[in-house]
Amino acid sequence: MPIISERDKAIIQQQMSTLKQPVRLINFTQELECEYCRDTSQLMREVAQTSGSLRFEQYNFVTDKEMTEKYKIEQIPATVVMDDRDHGIKFYGIPSGYEFATILDTIKMVSSGQSGLAKETKDYLRTLTTPINLKVFVTPT
Amino acid sequence: MRLAFQMAYESPLVTAEAIEAIEFPHLAIKYNVQGVPRTVINDRIPLEGAYPERAVLDAIKAAVEGAKA
Repeated sequence: MPIISERDKAIIQQQMSTLKQPVRLINFTQELECEYCRDTSQLMREVAQTSGSLRFEQYNFVTDKEMTEKYKIEQIPATVVMDDRDHGIKFYGIPSGYEFATILDTIKMVSSGQSGLAKETKDYLRTLTTPINLKVFVTPT
Repeated sequence: MRLAFQMAYESPLVTAEAIEAIEFPHLAIKYNVQGVPRTVINDRIPLEGAYPERAVLDAIKAAVEGAKA
């Protein structure tokens, strides 16, 4: 049974119809001892099915070690949203509620090629010389 | 959350992770999460609640300056 209802699917399809560049949804999962892995994979797969510009890829957290290391995956379920470049955008856990909308917005942002940030922010980020990591804790709402 | 992802997209030096606090209680404890959203910059500097772009930028600037000092 699909996670996304027919009604929501139509809304998402509408939103995704404006995608410009292809976006990859890279999902890391495993079969056992991961309560939300199966649902996260299914959800991401269903999202990917709403547009020809979206590609769903799945890797096993344990056995696909090379990919896990490449994308620096630390726990699962994990989903990386990227285009032809890894931008360091990761979602740990199942994106539900408000965070599901965040995933859709992130897909649109990556596809548009524009971060949408203010000029002042962009200017400052260009001056960075050391890495910045932002962990944002969220809950399903 | 969107802001963190926007910054990661804009800069190759910025990485952003959304973490479902309920699914990863060990991380929620490690980073002292009592309410959400809680942003942690470079594993050290917490930002409680949702902030406008300017405020997050200022916090990042402070983190960078703090690391230099």
